[in-house]
Amino acid sequence: MAGGFSRSNIGGLLAKQGILIAFVIFMIGFTIANERFLAPENVMGVVRSSAILGVMALGVTFVVISGNLDLSVGSMMSFSTIVVLDLHDKIGPALAIPAMFAMTLCLGAFIGFLVGYLKLNSLIVTLGMLSAIHGLTLTYSGGKNMDIADKDGTWFAVFGQSSALGIPVPILIFGLLAAVLGMVLAKTPFGRKVYAVGGNGVAATFSGIRRARVVFTCYLLSAFCVATAGLIQASRSLGSQNTVGQGLELEVLAAVILGGASLLGGSGTIFKTIVGVLILGFIQNGLLLVGLQFYAQYVVTWVIIILAVWLDIAAKRGRLLSPIA
Amino acid sequence: MSEQVSASVPALRLEAIVKTFPGVRALDGVSFDVMPGEVHALMGENGAGKSTLMKVLGGIHQPDSGRIIVSETPVKMSSPLEAKHKGIVFIHQELSLAKELTVAENIYLGELPRKRFGLVDWQALFDKTNTILQRLKVGFDARTRVGDLSIANQQMVEIARALTHEAKAVIFDEPTASLTDAEKTVLFEVIDDLKSHGVGIIYISHRMEEIFKITDRISVLRDGQYRGTLETAETTEEDITQLMIGRKLDLTRHASDHELGEVALEVKGLSCGSLYKDISFKVRAGEVVGFYGLVGAGRTEIAETLFGLRTPTGGCIVLEGQEVEISSPVDAINLGISLVPENRKEQGLVLGMNCRDNMTLPQVSDLTAGPFVSDGAEIAIFDHYYDKLEIKTPSWKQQAGNLSGGNQQKIVIGKWLSMHPKVLIVDEPTRGIDVGSKSEIHKLIRDLASQGYAVVVISSEMPEVLQVSDRIVAMYSGRIMREFTSEEVTEDSLIQAISGLGDNSGQAA
Repeated sequence: MAGGFSRSNIGGLLAKQGILIAFVIFMIGFTIANERFLAPENVMGVVRSSAILGVMALGVTFVVISGNLDLSVGSMMSFSTIVVLDLHDKIGPALAIPAMFAMTLCLGAFIGFLVGYLKLNSLIVTLGMLSAIHGLTLTYSGGKNMDIADKDGTWFAVFGQSSALGIPVPILIFGLLAAVLGMVLAKTPFGRKVYAVGGNGVAATFSGIRRARVVFTCYLLSAFCVATAGLIQASRSLGSQNTVGQGLELEVLAAVILGGASLLGGSGTIFKTIVGVLILGFIQNGLLLVGLQFYAQYVVTWVIIILAVWLDIAAKRGRLLSPIA
Repeated sequence: MSEQVSASVPALRLEAIVKTFPGVRALDGVSFDVMPGEVHALMGENGAGKSTLMKVLGGIHQPDSGRIIVSETPVKMSSPLEAKHKGIVFIHQELSLAKELTVAENIYLGELPRKRFGLVDWQALFDKTNTILQRLKVGFDARTRVGDLSIANQQMVEIARALTHEAKAVIFDEPTASLTDAEKTVLFEVIDDLKSHGVGIIYISHRMEEIFKITDRISVLRDGQYRGTLETAETTEEDITQLMIGRKLDLTRHASDHELGEVALEVKGLSCGSLYKDISFKVRAGEVVGFYGLVGAGRTEIAETLFGLRTPTGGCIVLEGQEVEISSPVDAINLGISLVPENRKEQGLVLGMNCRDNMTLPQVSDLTAGPFVSDGAEIAIFDHYYDKLEIKTPSWKQQAGNLSGGNQQKIVIGKWLSMHPKVLIVDEPTRGIDVGSKSEIHKLIRDLASQGYAVVVISSEMPEVLQVSDRIVAMYSGRIMREFTSEEVTEDSLIQAISGLGDNSGQAA
């Protein structure tokens, strides 16, 4: 087969980069429809608004690679946001932030205990926690919205609203956390164990890996990321509804899967998750620019996600439909 | 092509089947035929192309060229269902039954008899099923839930399913892998029955005794190429092996000629509920002790206890003179006990992970430079065992799942050798591994003993235990029946001991 592109070459490329290629096609489409789409300020805007989702997706990446799910991150993020806003006025931001992190980590530890040590099904545990934490938040706030009294006089706004070196702080936090967690996952013994536990938990146990401890730590990491996301959210708006994170759990999961992590565990990377987050962000932004109604976006976003995942699977198995998976 | 001129028409005939995948010519002109009423063995090392050929026959892969002819009619099959309708039926190694459904539902899945309004006609279903079950002379009923059956009986359900259709050819893929001897006998009777009904049978197995016992002809594949067909009655094990691997095999016993060291592991009166009782034995450094017995005799459970996966209910474990408590695999590993588990794919390897990472998994926390895993240290370990164990893989980056069974097993063995254990337990070291790699692994186990490792080998294959062990412990139903030295052991006395017939001299009540 002379010449660069044989059919199998293209097939191989598609199989490896199916999602990226789909992404490029969407981008070209949006750019043709609206030339502002790729303008620097628009791009920056998308990245910035994706930061909260992105921070949460980093933690969920660990959980998914370890072979579990975390559907509680949305309501946990609402919890963090409400708690830190409430404590801000009561004990001051310097104490409110660590207190909020501690409380959120407790929730993560609880889930990690149930899934890791008691070996309960993660879908059921985190689905239950989604609801339970929502109830906890409402109880805490008494159902009222939470607002900081003196919105102009607090340095708390720095995490969500200011910029450093010309880059918005939420993007900096997202980038820094992604770099650190990316290294943890790819380079440390713990990261290796996460892949082993998700890839084959039995074999991991037979290799002397303490599976429960690994799963527990993944949920703790996830809770840490959620707390960080809650901090950015609270700082950006300085006031919030009880339901600010509602539905984010599915978007986060979509971003992680879109990036190419397997729901069965054992595969995925932080880089892929970032790609997934950006794809989601750009698609939603593109649809807005094209002039689609906000409500219709929910529908179109999901159609596009399913389309992209289907293309990805189809490319991997070499045909669009298959009698066996 | 077959030289034999026969009056009757082959049940199944393959003509010059070629199948290529990117970079690999998996099947390179494979031709042979199966006559009605014939049991035709298909043999070849792992990677020789047997699985690909079966997938072509089963409609999962389409051949690039060549023809499949079922009773004189060339057929094209684009799905497993179509293959079934064309009369080609598979009995898979890994059973594909719905455990929560009844035997009858499994057998007629997709073709359940209907009454009015599309409701299932249960009476007709159970009657039809029981007719087939009677023919197979099995001891269960059409209404039994499949999940309640033993593996052997589940296999019977698969066979029963094959009988519902006018099967021209039935393909058995390693059917005896998880059967006891008694169950095998029943299986062979069923195969005889199929033969007498004029069905052509393709029988895939690595087990020579079975091949000689039940097959009429043997076709051999090597590297995707058809290597020839032998008449079973006129051939020997060596002939087949030579055709399969292109060289002679060393099948001699390897009793040790080196000095044995101190007692490395001693087990005293170990019990674990109803799984096994009052187990006592010693293993010296430099010695291989073989555990032989039927499936379910309690051997694997003892290994799992020594590796901290089960808690004993009585007795004690003494390691190099010290009584030890082992409550998790981490404890076992720290004490210097390693286990190469029975099921390579489920317990031994993370198949989606590369070879190197699999090998270094138990010690990854210790292979660090600063907070990170040291690439260099890991590659050094991999390279060492890659050379020492002669692992065949293009690179350490290869996913473990892509390796052949023999090389996968070497990765697992390398993983545990790199931990420098005092005691190495190997459970079913060559299950599902082809003959060539099998003898390499046997030689390896002997080498390890001569280097001073204390080795425990658990096996269900008599030739294997006989070949590698210095001493053999025969188990039956959770108890040690007898211990043999390699000089005194005979096949007969061993068989008696593991069937519960031997004189249980002094060991158990």
